[in-house]
Amino acid sequence: MLLKELSEAVGVSGHEGAVRQLILDAIKGQVDEHRVDALGNLIALKKGHGEKRRKVMVAAHMDEIGLMIVRIEKEGSLRFRPVGGIDHRVLLAKKVLIGDKKVPGVIGSKPVHLLEPRQRQQVVHVEEMSIDIGATSQDDASNLVKVGDYATFDVSYRELGGQLRAVTGKAFDDRAGCAVLIQLLSGTYPFDLYATFTVQEEVGLRGARVAAYSIAPDVAFALEGTICDDMPKLKDVSPTTIVGGGAAITIMDRSVIADRRLVDLLVRTAEEHGIPHQFKQPNMGGTDAGAIHLARTGVPAVTVAVPSRYIHSPVCLLSLNDLDSTVKLMRETLMGVNDIELNR
Amino acid sequence: MQTKDFLKQITEASGVSGYEDSVRELVRTEFALYADEIRTDTLGSLIALKRGERSAETPRRSIMLAGHMDEIGLVITQAEKGYLRFSTVGGFDLRVLLGQEVVVHGHRDLPGVIGTRPPHVLSSEEQEQVVPLDRLFIDVGLTEAELAESVRVGDIVTLRRDFTELAGGLVAGKAFDDRAAVACIAQCLQHLSTLKHTWDVYAVATVQEETGLKGALTSAFGIEPDIGIAIDVGHGNMLGVSEVDTVNVGGGPALGFGPNIHPVLYEQLVGVAKKYEICHQIDPIPGASGTDAWAMQVTREGMPTALISIPLRYMHTTVETLSLKDVERIGRLLALFIAGLSEESASELGLAR
Repeated sequence: MLLKELSEAVGVSGHEGAVRQLILDAIKGQVDEHRVDALGNLIALKKGHGEKRRKVMVAAHMDEIGLMIVRIEKEGSLRFRPVGGIDHRVLLAKKVLIGDKKVPGVIGSKPVHLLEPRQRQQVVHVEEMSIDIGATSQDDASNLVKVGDYATFDVSYRELGGQLRAVTGKAFDDRAGCAVLIQLLSGTYPFDLYATFTVQEEVGLRGARVAAYSIAPDVAFALEGTICDDMPKLKDVSPTTIVGGGAAITIMDRSVIADRRLVDLLVRTAEEHGIPHQFKQPNMGGTDAGAIHLARTGVPAVTVAVPSRYIHSPVCLLSLNDLDSTVKLMRETLMGVNDIELNR
Repeated sequence: MQTKDFLKQITEASGVSGYEDSVRELVRTEFALYADEIRTDTLGSLIALKRGERSAETPRRSIMLAGHMDEIGLVITQAEKGYLRFSTVGGFDLRVLLGQEVVVHGHRDLPGVIGTRPPHVLSSEEQEQVVPLDRLFIDVGLTEAELAESVRVGDIVTLRRDFTELAGGLVAGKAFDDRAAVACIAQCLQHLSTLKHTWDVYAVATVQEETGLKGALTSAFGIEPDIGIAIDVGHGNMLGVSEVDTVNVGGGPALGFGPNIHPVLYEQLVGVAKKYEICHQIDPIPGASGTDAWAMQVTREGMPTALISIPLRYMHTTVETLSLKDVERIGRLLALFIAGLSEESASELGLAR
C-alpha cells in the first residue's frame, strides 16, 4: 500500500527529498516528463490528446509538520522548535527520529510524581521541552545530531479495519493527497495534466506559489488530507468534516474562495456517479489552492480532500473509503474539466 | 535470555494492574529456567523458588525479591458516537496522553489512538488548557454499531510503545516501571545459577503495585520470608528537575535509605557493592517509598526490608528511559548479596534462630 510508504517516509517542510524520491519512483513510466524546481517541487507532466489542450494543475504537498533541533545542551539533551503548526500539548512523551540517520530520541516529561497539583493543570510549552537521545554531553550528542537537523514522530502505519477501513499513521496531511494524485496518474485525460507535488505548504504555501507561476495553469485542484473534528464536544460545533462522509469539497477556507464553477462541477459529478462527498466547513485552515489561485493573473482553483482526524499530531486517522471516493471523484471530475467555460 | 531481549519482550507485552496474565506467562518461562518451584498466588503474583544449598543443621532462611509486573493503563467507561471514553488505572499525568497510540483489549485487540483536536480549530485560549479526562477520547476507527459489538465498558487499554535503543546503552519504552525490576531479578537468578547460596530465594513478580501495593502484600504474607528486597524505579536525572530529587541514570543501583529500609540490611547491601566494586548511589527516602517495600515491611510481624531503585527518567510515560547497565548491575549486586547471606548476616539483622 503506497499510503503506508508515503506516511512512513520523512519529509518535514524544507527537507522533502526522501518523499520526492519515493513519489518519483512510483510515477515513473506514467508521466511524459518531470522536473524538480528550485524549491524542490516535483512537477510531472502527463500529456493529453487533442488540439487546444488546457493545462490542468493538480497539486498535493509532500511536506509534513515536524521539529527542528535548535540547540544541544551541555549535558547532551536537545532543544527544538516546531516546523509548521503543532499544538505543543501533543508533544510530551513521544518518540522522534532525528536527522537523515534517523537517530531515535524521546521527548521527556517531568514525572507526575514530582509535579505540584497546579503544575498538572499547566500546559508545557515547547521552549521547556527537550529531546533525550541518551547522550551524556554536548560532544557525545554532536556525534549523532547537529543543530538544524529535522525530526519527525516515529509512527508506523496501521490498518484498523472495520467498515470505514480506517488506518492510522503520521503525516496524512498531506500524504493522503499525494496518494490520491499518484493514483490519478494511471488514467488518461483530454488535457495536459501537471501533477505537482509541492514543498513547504506547512510553512506558508511556498512551493505551490512558484510551481503555479511556472506552470501557468488554466485550472487547478489542490488535494489534501484535511481537518476533521468529529469527536464528541461540549459545544455543538461543526466537525469541519466527518470521517466516512466521503470526499470533502472546499467552498472556502482561510486561504481561498474556491471557484464556484469547479465546485459545481465536482458536486454535479459526485451526484451523477453516486460518489460519497461532503462539504468542508467554511473558513477552516488553508491549502495550496490559496497560493495557486493568486498565481500570475489568477487561476480558477478548488480543494478536494480526504478527511483526516488528528492532523498535525503524531498519529492521524482516515478512512480508505474516503480516500477511494476522493480518487473517484477527481477522476470523473477531470473528465469534465474541458467543458467548463473559463471566460467570464 | 539477554537482559535487553527480555526487557523488550516483557515491556512490549500488555499487563495493566489486575490484568497481568500475558506478562506473567513470559516471566514464568524465564524464571522457570532457574527455579525449583513456581506458583501463582491468589491475586496473581508469580512466585519462583530457588532453593539454597545448606547442611541439615543450618536453619532454613529465605529472602524475597519483589519487582512488580503490572503497568499503569486505562479502562473504558463509555462509548459515545463512535468514540470511547476512559478512566485511568494507576497514576497518570493527563498531559502525556494526547496523541498516544493504544491497544483496546475488546473482543479482540483493537489498535487505536487518543485523539486530539487539530490546532486549526482551537482558540489560543484552548491551546493553553490541559485537556481534562472527560474531554479525552480513544478512537479505534470503528462505526458506532461496530463498537457496540466489539468493546464493552470495563475493557482494559494498554498504551503502545515499541522498545527503543538510544545512545550510550540507554533504552526507552513503556512499563519499564517496573518490568525492568523483573529483568533485574531474572539477571540475579541467572548469576545465582553459577554461585553457591544457602538461603532460599523467592523471586516474585508482583501484581497491582500501581493500584496500592496489593500483590506484594499478599505474596509476602504467603511466603513469610526472613527478609525482603523490593526493586523498583527511582527518578533519574533529567533536564528541568532538581538534582536533589533524582539519582543518576547510569550511576548504578540506587540504594534506598530511610524509615522503609532496615538500616543493617542497607549497610549489608552497601558492603557488598563496595566489596565487588559495583558502582552505586544512595537514595534517601524520608517517608513512604511508594513501592512494594512499603507493603513488605509490615507483613505479619514485620521484616527487614530494603529497596533498590533503577534510575529512570520520565516515569509513568511511554518513553521511560533507563540504562541497561544499571539493570545488569542490580542483578549482579542482588546475586552477590544473596550468595553472601549466612547465619551471621541473620544475626546481624536480629532474625530469630
